[in-house]
Amino acid sequence: MAYLKAQNMTGGYGGADILRGCSIEVDKGKIAVIVGPNGAGKSTAMKAIFGMLTLREGDIRVGGEDISVLPPQKRVHKGMSFVPQVNNVFSSLTVEENLEMGGATSNSRLQETIAEIYDLFPILAEKRRQSAGELSGGQRQQVAVARALMTKPSVLMLDEPTAGVSPIVIHELFDKIIEIAHRGIAILMVEQNAKQALEIADTGYVLVQGENRFTDNGPALLADDEVRRTFLGG
Amino acid sequence: MNYLHSRTLLFSVTALLLMTVGFVQSWNVALTILNLCLISAVMALGVNIQWGYAGLVNFGAMGFAALGGLAVVLIAAAPVEEAWRASSTQIMFCSVVTIAAASAYFVVTRLFVFTLASKKALAFFTIGIVVVSSITLMGPAIRKIESIDPSLYGYLGGLGLPVLLSWIAGPMLAAGAGWLIGKVALGLRLDYLAIATLGISEIVVTLLKNEDWLSRGVKNVVGLPRPVPFEIDLQRAEWFQHLAEIVSQPVDSFSSIFVKLCFAGLFVVVLALLMWLTESALHSPWGRMIRAVRDNEVAASAMGKDIKKVHLRIFVLGSAVIGLAGAMLVTLDGQFTPGAYQPLRFTFLVWIMVILGGSGNNWGSVLGGFFVWFFWVEAEPLGAWLIDILTLGIGEESALRQHLIHNAAQMRLIVMGLLLLFVMRFMPLGLLPEKIGKVS
Amino acid sequence: MEDLLNAAVLAANYIVIPATVYGCQLALGALGVTLIYSVLRFSNFAHGETMAFGTAVTILVTLSLQGIGVGIFPLPTALLALPVGILATIGLTLATDRWVYRFYRRKRSEPIIFLIVSIGVMFVMSGLVRFLVGTDDRVFDDGMRFLITARDFKELTGLGEGLAIRTSQLITLTTALTCVGLLFWFLEHTKTGKMMRAFSDNEDLALLSGIDPEKIVRIAWITAACLATLAGTLYGLDKSFKPFVFQQLLLPIFAAAIVGGFGNPLGAIAGGFLIAFSEVALTYPYKRLITYLAQSSWEPEGLLQLMSTDYKYAVSFLILVMVLLVRPTGILGGAKA
Repeated sequence: MAYLKAQNMTGGYGGADILRGCSIEVDKGKIAVIVGPNGAGKSTAMKAIFGMLTLREGDIRVGGEDISVLPPQKRVHKGMSFVPQVNNVFSSLTVEENLEMGGATSNSRLQETIAEIYDLFPILAEKRRQSAGELSGGQRQQVAVARALMTKPSVLMLDEPTAGVSPIVIHELFDKIIEIAHRGIAILMVEQNAKQALEIADTGYVLVQGENRFTDNGPALLADDEVRRTFLGG
Repeated sequence: MNYLHSRTLLFSVTALLLMTVGFVQSWNVALTILNLCLISAVMALGVNIQWGYAGLVNFGAMGFAALGGLAVVLIAAAPVEEAWRASSTQIMFCSVVTIAAASAYFVVTRLFVFTLASKKALAFFTIGIVVVSSITLMGPAIRKIESIDPSLYGYLGGLGLPVLLSWIAGPMLAAGAGWLIGKVALGLRLDYLAIATLGISEIVVTLLKNEDWLSRGVKNVVGLPRPVPFEIDLQRAEWFQHLAEIVSQPVDSFSSIFVKLCFAGLFVVVLALLMWLTESALHSPWGRMIRAVRDNEVAASAMGKDIKKVHLRIFVLGSAVIGLAGAMLVTLDGQFTPGAYQPLRFTFLVWIMVILGGSGNNWGSVLGGFFVWFFWVEAEPLGAWLIDILTLGIGEESALRQHLIHNAAQMRLIVMGLLLLFVMRFMPLGLLPEKIGKVS
Repeated sequence: MEDLLNAAVLAANYIVIPATVYGCQLALGALGVTLIYSVLRFSNFAHGETMAFGTAVTILVTLSLQGIGVGIFPLPTALLALPVGILATIGLTLATDRWVYRFYRRKRSEPIIFLIVSIGVMFVMSGLVRFLVGTDDRVFDDGMRFLITARDFKELTGLGEGLAIRTSQLITLTTALTCVGLLFWFLEHTKTGKMMRAFSDNEDLALLSGIDPEKIVRIAWITAACLATLAGTLYGLDKSFKPFVFQQLLLPIFAAAIVGGFGNPLGAIAGGFLIAFSEVALTYPYKRLITYLAQSSWEPEGLLQLMSTDYKYAVSFLILVMVLLVRPTGILGGAKA
């Protein structure tokens, strides 16, 4: 069974359901990417998995344990970590303080973990004393991902990590994400840059109106005519 | 229980409370409370127009009430002619400077393009120039005015007109101040607006306390004329002695009750008129538009409503009503005492009235005005009585008991605070909630 | 030369020292308001009364210590009583949070609702304070009054102007400096302090990082209670204790916090001194100072006072209103307008 397994998620905010029986799963060391048109429920699915939205039906399991009723903070302790799309750094704190905050409550070997993170993102080591708000967009995204890694998660969830970032930086960021996955972390992300994201995806989910439309490995989806015609613009 | 029933019930309870005071304490006390309840109701209506209708936070009610009170002095006090003679040229000169500065400001802002902030700074600068030059120009004149028989006058006095005119002038003065303040402060975030208006009202009261030539400052203006007869005249009048006989009351105490009844009559007329006006305004298309703006500014501005203009109008209207209450209060007291204006009593207590009654509901504000004023006054005797009973067990001469009884008057602050906290927590819509969706 | 020295002493005695001391008191008060604002995101109108409460308890303990003859002369007994006052105030703010504010926090109410609720708290606290110590003026400074009196100074230096330094002024300055130093060390260098800054910066992300909001809120109240009691007691030692004064102090304190940039601790300190120096400098009669500076060659007419001392408080409101209108984020930057 997959490490993170969300099954038959159904629910929304108040009135109509946004998610309608959507299922998503990802294993440790693998990358799953959710793509789909606007309003398909991509971000909602992420929020539901992280507990920021109450589901009417369906359940979410991490490592076989049912966490469907836990609030987001408790899910952090179950090894999940989330990088929001916007406002994802403490902009008035320094880079290093951002990292410390990431591991503030759940990490006993803080300095060690920070050193590992600096290994992964050398640029952050250079800018450790600068406040995060002064960094460029790409560097800020790195801080955001690094902060989320500070809890030593087994599942890392990223909500459109490349939004507003230049193409070269996107490439760099995806490289980092692959590297993170290789360290044995399950990665689940929502992406606007569908083509590039699917290239690195072990599993790609195409969501339409809150339902799974296509599921396959990334290259297979990219090769699929219908997927390309309808969702990737030819 | 439907809305109308609970409204009737709550107002009956209030009447019953006042009557209890009449029977237990005295009718004189009951009528004193009633008159201040009526004034409180008017003041609460003013704050309700701003907060309840439009969601504007005015913590400057005290300042507007004080300005309304000042109007009574300016309209009704006897003019001190010597003071006018001593200062007429300077006053003229000051008026010229003020008008010149104001027109210069308007011309400059029309001719050149300014950012909002620099326009505000310029306005502030202009006002500053007017104030400073007035103070310099008026300096010698002020000293002259203030030296004229300071124990009796020492100020300009008023126009010597009938006092009831101040019930028109007071609102106008307050509205003018409201326009100025609204013009500069209404764009602010709610809590900053609250702090700014509180600060401005403190400045207004500080001015009234210290500018003796205008308001006699802390020396107070006493002996203001009344719209109703004086007790002493009544007691001498034959018809009144007859009347007292008919109701079989001693003449002197009946005269004081009679005067209070006259005031109450006047106040009831004013309140009824205001209620009619505010209720019809609230249920007119204009009132609906105001509430639409309050509930969703973005949507309202998308529909082409000029929110700033709407807010400014509401702010001015509410300020005028508070000014009216201030004028009524000074008329009732027969004296103007700038030192008496405290934010706790004149701003925050009024807010408790509005919130207890039900923000946005005029009937609620009136009810809140009655209720809160009643308990503000009666909390002291009730508190003393309660403490007396509760501490009977710990011995007559116990220091704690003495201390508690001595400080029983402070009970009113605690009672009012708890009242506000309970209402906010358990019925945030107030005793008489705003009737949502039932308008027209 | 002597005239210049005299001018310097005069300015120090009547402007610099009083304004610095007053600035310290305002800064401590403003720090409390700004801290609550940055964590709980509302303007706490009950802060003045919180100061009054802490001072009232300190006074009561001081009185009983004096009653049993315990003291630390030449320092005022109140310093000994201060910890009790601080503890009581911490208890009060935590209880208020538990019974009043937490409900609205869970409901995620608008800041204006918090503000109105804080007015209810203000009423209750002011009643409580008056219940505890009554409404009379109280002088509770029993330490050595002066470090140096004006007369001693004149004899010592042979100058025409005297410089008096009261013990309470020195205590205010040292306590305020220590306290601000500790606060900044706490915010910059401890994990909890950093968590507080993180929470204030981005509440949602702080939650995602597993920071416990209730803990942060508790620490904010504890810190605010310490600052409030200190500010109130120092003010009371320096002048005297009158319950209604704290209501009046609330506006200069808000003014200081907002002028510096609401939510910004450094701004609160800068604002405190700005307000204090403006109040003192604008209401000081400069006649004698100018006479000294002009080397007695010219003696100005009148007092050369820009504003009557009656308008002392009005100065802070004027600065506040002006800053709100022209640069609502404050001079050092803070919350949006």
